[in-house]
Amino acid sequence: MNIQDRFEVHEHDVLVIGAGGAGLRAAIEASSQGAKVALICKSLLGKAHTVMAEGGVAAALANVDKDDDWKTHFKDTMFGGKYVNNYRMAELHAKEAPERVLELEKWGAVFDRTKEGKIIQRAFGGHKYKRLSHVGDRTGLEMIRTLQDKGVHMGIDVFMECTITKLLKDGDKIAGAFGYWRENGKFVVFKGKAVVLATGGIGKMYKVTSNSWEYTADGQILAYHAGAELLDTEFVQFHPTGMVWPPGVIGILVTEAVRGEGGLLTNNKGERFMEKYDPERMELSTRDVVARAIYTENKEGRGTPHGGAFLDISHRGADYVKKKLPSMYHQFKELADVDITKEPMEVGPTGHYTMGGVRVNADTAMTCVPGLYAAGEVAAGLHGANRLGGNSLSDLLVFGRRAGLYASEYAKKNSGSVNINENDILTAEKEMISYFENASGENPYSVHIDLQELMQNNVGIFRIEEDLLKAIDGLQKLTTRAKKVKIEGSRMYNPGWHMAYDLGNMMIYAEAIARCALQRKESRGAHTRLDFPNPKLEDAKWNSIVKKGGNGEMIVDRVKSIDMPSDMKKILEETEKEKMSKYTNALSGGVTV
Amino acid sequence: MEQAKFKVHRGEGSQGQDVDYTVPIEEGMVVLDAMHYIQKTASPDLAVRWNCKAAKCGSCSAEVNGKPRLMCKTRLDDFNLSEPITVRPMKSFPVIKDLACDVKWNYEVNKKIKPFTPKDDTDWIMYQRDVDRVQEFRKCIECFACQNVCHVLRDHNLKPKFAGPRFFVRVAGLEMHPLDGENRLEELRNDMGIGFCNITKCCTEVCPEDIHITDNAIIPMKERVVDKYYDPLKMLLRSLFGKK
Repeated sequence: MNIQDRFEVHEHDVLVIGAGGAGLRAAIEASSQGAKVALICKSLLGKAHTVMAEGGVAAALANVDKDDDWKTHFKDTMFGGKYVNNYRMAELHAKEAPERVLELEKWGAVFDRTKEGKIIQRAFGGHKYKRLSHVGDRTGLEMIRTLQDKGVHMGIDVFMECTITKLLKDGDKIAGAFGYWRENGKFVVFKGKAVVLATGGIGKMYKVTSNSWEYTADGQILAYHAGAELLDTEFVQFHPTGMVWPPGVIGILVTEAVRGEGGLLTNNKGERFMEKYDPERMELSTRDVVARAIYTENKEGRGTPHGGAFLDISHRGADYVKKKLPSMYHQFKELADVDITKEPMEVGPTGHYTMGGVRVNADTAMTCVPGLYAAGEVAAGLHGANRLGGNSLSDLLVFGRRAGLYASEYAKKNSGSVNINENDILTAEKEMISYFENASGENPYSVHIDLQELMQNNVGIFRIEEDLLKAIDGLQKLTTRAKKVKIEGSRMYNPGWHMAYDLGNMMIYAEAIARCALQRKESRGAHTRLDFPNPKLEDAKWNSIVKKGGNGEMIVDRVKSIDMPSDMKKILEETEKEKMSKYTNALSGGVTV
Repeated sequence: MEQAKFKVHRGEGSQGQDVDYTVPIEEGMVVLDAMHYIQKTASPDLAVRWNCKAAKCGSCSAEVNGKPRLMCKTRLDDFNLSEPITVRPMKSFPVIKDLACDVKWNYEVNKKIKPFTPKDDTDWIMYQRDVDRVQEFRKCIECFACQNVCHVLRDHNLKPKFAGPRFFVRVAGLEMHPLDGENRLEELRNDMGIGFCNITKCCTEVCPEDIHITDNAIIPMKERVVDKYYDPLKMLLRSLFGKK
């Protein structure tokens, strides 16, 4: 068989899968290094999750607080991640973020300004200094549009509304990708010497989430099937402030910038309850702490009418609120009939981000599969057990660039044509078509609704062994049901068919979350075990790891965290004693964290 | 439970018809919620684009009762529910299937716009008052509602001679950037056909981001084009010295 006769085939040096901030930044870098680049995305260009990022991008520019520097950003990131971060990623991120932000300005981004005419920065949870460069509360839109407009002039081939369902290999090495056009359901083969995964997160497996339909663990599971390892999957961030009313908007994000600009959280007794949970940082504590606090207030009967907390910014005055938080103003006014310049919002935790993901080399962003790279939310390591707000936009710039750089270098070194295995392509095709074979069966969306219910109830903010086992058992049943769904209609733009495929990815990653959550018998960052409520010194020394076994089974293990050199340890030890709290015992005693 | 009736356009390509659906109502429900309800119950193959569901991405544009709207911020309680609500795809673009239409042309137009090019030796100092007006244009979420209602595109189909309001906004954002050193007036006049716009302001009315497209972007750009190409003194100088 000649592949070209049966399929549309494209050939590039570097394939970038996903066109949010990380994918765009990777494609720009690879292209500027001379590589022929394909940028493949599930949505239209410019609609990826980055567009929804609101509050800002964290970088120690020191434009507002002169004492800020990369070392402080590094310390804040490590403390926020409860010391299970990959220290080297945190170091590179803190060092390179300022340059990446300034570069955006040179490409046309227009950030809000200080009085001196420099990029302004605002306060955010867990950041010691005012560090988040922003454009009101639409920072992500500014970034994705800047990157998009930069990218389209570089000769990058953009393939929109195309879903990749399988990575293709040549022996051990990566060789390309197989997918379908959403528009007409036809299949397409991309040959490539290097592949950068930049597919984002996993949030659509939760019932209450700020994430869009795209966040179905695609990249994580493409990598898993291709032989890469997953890391730290137990750490899922629940953003403390999502909308809780009315029903149709539950989960939609309320930016942390509301608190950054001085927003106050109160319970139904009018108490600023954060005093009990983090008296020093109050509303600007880290997201894991604030999310647990709101959840606990509700559980103990001090919640708001719709099961959240009050968040009030009206004291800053209508003009200021409309200028600095314009989309929050409109969002509440139009969707909830609440005027946030006059009355408080009602907010509660919403599934938001996964700190876990594909395990990569800190410097090169390469996985253990030669030629396969990952950057942005799909990759793991930088954020440890909990991500600080603003660190994801800087993450995707820093590591998107690195992934693009090293992927293009790899492609240069491996010149010559790649061989793809025809049987792999035919298997991938068969798998996608097989969904149409069931003459009867349930709607794939029913399985999705039950998956969201299962994960929300059993693998949410507070976890306990019994629930986690229930989830693992429930996932097995759902996997069986997912194989029997019935697809209506043709392959033309068919969301039911797309969902049937997405379910498979979500369920494997869901299992990885539950199994790693079971393995980590302590509470750390975003992972809270009711049966093991405290962090343990010895558990700061390892990370969870997940890979696919020879018989297709899921192998869950732990790996020793990478050693931190003494100069980096010293930076952490300089941190104020009280801030270090219970997590830092690991540092004294010369223990590697 | 209270219910709403919908007539939703279904069909592939230019073929299609309205299909009736009944959807139970929840408080605060928007049209996009109703489309998702239809997918989850009656028609999982209903094609509809969406991403953020919070009016930030501009994916879910459609014509609701004949008006271009973002489905994610169009609330059902704004309608008289004794009548069915019609939901159809944007008229100015070819339909792929159901509510999804082919908007690729817009991306081709965008590619041709000269990118931001900083002035030589800039110190990167910009004051807020100087960037306010550029930031208004950069709020655009590319929902293409303005492209959809613009009669030059909708009724006269002047693609590709006319770029449409979205791209006049984009060019205005570049031309008014305090540190941009490029000039795009010739393209505005020739390739983008800004002269075809006769400022009916339909685009401004439908913009979900409240960008004053006509007053703040198109009119100033038209003025700059006129100043450059139709200034009588400059025209005289050009005829004397043969300068462009």
